[in-house]
Amino acid sequence: MSLENILENWSKYRKGHEEGGYHEYEHMWGMAIDLDKCTGCNACSVACYAENNLAVVGEEKFSKGQGMHWLRIERYWDEPDLGEDKVNEYQIHGASFIPMNCQHCNAATCEPVCPVAATYHTPDGLNAQVYNRCIGSRYCSNNCPYRLRYFNFFSYYEDSWPEPLQMQLNPDISVRDKGVMEKCTFCVQRIRTAKDDAARDDRRGPGAVKDGDLKTACQQSCATQAIFFGDLLDKDSAVSKVWEKHEVALGKSSQNKSNPDKRGYRVLEGLNTDPCVMFLERVREV
Amino acid sequence: MHTKDINENLPWSQINKDVMRSMMNPRKAYWVAIIVCIAMISCAVAAEVYQYNVGMGPANLNWPHMWDLYIATFIFWIGMSHPGTLLSAILHIIHADWRKPIYRFAEAMTTFSLMTAGLFPVIHIGRLWNMYWVLPYYSDRGIWPNFRSPLVWDAFAISTYLTSSALFLFIGMIPDLAICRDNTTGWRRKLYTILSLGWRGDDRQWRNFRRTYLLMACFLIPLAVSVHSIVSSDFAMSVMPGWHVTTFPPYFVAGALYSGCAAIMTLFICLRYFFRLEDYMTIPILVKTAKLTFAIAMVWTYLNLIEFASIWYGHNAVDKELLIAKFTGAYSPYFWMMLFIGSVVPFTLASEKLRTHLPTMLVVSLVLNLGMWLERWMIVTPTLSQGYHPFAFDVMWPSMIQWAIVFGSFGWFGLLFLIFVKVFPCVSMYEVKEMCYHRKREAMGVGHGSHAAGGAAGAVTASKTDLEGS
Repeated sequence: MSLENILENWSKYRKGHEEGGYHEYEHMWGMAIDLDKCTGCNACSVACYAENNLAVVGEEKFSKGQGMHWLRIERYWDEPDLGEDKVNEYQIHGASFIPMNCQHCNAATCEPVCPVAATYHTPDGLNAQVYNRCIGSRYCSNNCPYRLRYFNFFSYYEDSWPEPLQMQLNPDISVRDKGVMEKCTFCVQRIRTAKDDAARDDRRGPGAVKDGDLKTACQQSCATQAIFFGDLLDKDSAVSKVWEKHEVALGKSSQNKSNPDKRGYRVLEGLNTDPCVMFLERVREV
Repeated sequence: MHTKDINENLPWSQINKDVMRSMMNPRKAYWVAIIVCIAMISCAVAAEVYQYNVGMGPANLNWPHMWDLYIATFIFWIGMSHPGTLLSAILHIIHADWRKPIYRFAEAMTTFSLMTAGLFPVIHIGRLWNMYWVLPYYSDRGIWPNFRSPLVWDAFAISTYLTSSALFLFIGMIPDLAICRDNTTGWRRKLYTILSLGWRGDDRQWRNFRRTYLLMACFLIPLAVSVHSIVSSDFAMSVMPGWHVTTFPPYFVAGALYSGCAAIMTLFICLRYFFRLEDYMTIPILVKTAKLTFAIAMVWTYLNLIEFASIWYGHNAVDKELLIAKFTGAYSPYFWMMLFIGSVVPFTLASEKLRTHLPTMLVVSLVLNLGMWLERWMIVTPTLSQGYHPFAFDVMWPSMIQWAIVFGSFGWFGLLFLIFVKVFPCVSMYEVKEMCYHRKREAMGVGHGSHAAGGAAGAVTASKTDLEGS
């Protein structure tokens, strides 16, 4: 946001403000997670740890809430206040799982509050976090209704990968030091690689990366293929089809469903955060 | 019993002598207090050095409690800074002259509590060595702060308020510094000579002085109100339940005036006792301050009630659950304590008998400040413990690192204040003289209309002659 930029593109900024949001997206990376397929096995979470150099903080710090799990499997047990006998009856079906990673909201609440603009929206529709710019005010995490941002409370790298485990670190992305915020990036390094590959094939600009050119680490490792990932601007991508089939659209704070079989929903979309991650409800015979 | 705000027959030379005496020859107790303050600061410095080296983890901050006591105490100190402006600017403009003997130290309190508050955002930042990135300085990379962020507004608001209130404190002190210059020797004389900016007390200087002072007062009033409104927008601009509250700006300002007025009463009683300033910090003035505090306490109570009512009748499930959790959950003892202290304890200020009893008032004023500190904590933490996402519901207790830094901040404030009272006059000599002059004229039946600059200027110029004569 340099001064020259502001002066040159003044009318664009002024108009953009009236229309709200960013409009010239090259891609709109989105996800759909089928909770009916999810077994809660945590493979996605482990894959995320491996792919994104997530620090393993140890049991003590993890239980204190200082863990760094970008993708977490949340467990919910049915109505704990139904009474002792009822709970057992319902819990025969086990816990309900929901994998939560950064929702990459198009109207992200974390973005406007960052004092140094370390988190912003990319032309790829990603909610990006610039580690080098982050000063650690932690306002973004406080303002995230999903609580999906994690802070480096310690210099975790010192203990997280003792020799020779540092050899397994992913060289495509950095290892974070204390005092910066981090969160799911939709495996931005893989998106970058796919874009570079596309550019080598002379595909550039909007829609350059085709569906199936890349998979996120969690998607790749999901045993039941519950995770769909792709470009929501590409109407033929698998993820767009799932969104369309279950009648979930971007830019709305509530979805009108033609019938209850359309299982798609977005978490807390009533807050108008416009998340890019959609979930398919679990179907159960209860 | 005392009925007059001040004894209008106080000789002006006596006023000079009393105030100058309070600045000179610190007693043993003073040095003990200084050492205690430095010890408190050392605790905080040790904690901060550890935190700087290790990270924010030892402070027991966690997911989802990213903020805690640092931000709560930051708001507390910002709040503390407001009544200085209330006394020195608002009451100045409405000609409430009883403020005159006590506004100087209140104004100093403003400046020093801002200097304390300003430390907290720095301490709480994860990478504090990059703190300056929130300021809009020109960089070759063309990177600016995010002007949409309330934290950036904070940085502007606080630095503006600190500069202005320090200037206001200094400008209001110039005639007194000239008196000090004329009555001291050694390093003090050198210091006051520089600081008094060649004040001679002639008519032109008084006229310019009055105008500048009034201008600064008019500038400071909206500034003070906006500063705490901006601090409140750190919360009100967020989406979180319990933070996203429309009434927060006035609520914060009321809370600020409340805690600050209580702090003024504390310092009033301490200064009166330790510096034997009974002739200046009189019981009727304390009673007026107590009444003011009581009125603000009721405004605060009212704003609390409308906040509860709007949440209750708003039927927003998340907000409502949070409110119920505040009343019944893990933080309920502190929440109830805050409500009790904030809304019930101030009724002691309504009692004529209690508010003239100094030890009671000292305790009450300290307790009120505790309540206001709890209020800030109860704004910040419960929302983090119970926001929107049930998986992230948690309860936390701050660690010793946080407590040490909060504790140390009181030492830092105390140290600044202690140095101030021995280097600068903590009672405004020229304004007390004005007050005596006006009260005397009123008593003689000359009547009002004596606020004209000429009258006051003449009065204080005369005081200098009086002093030289003696």
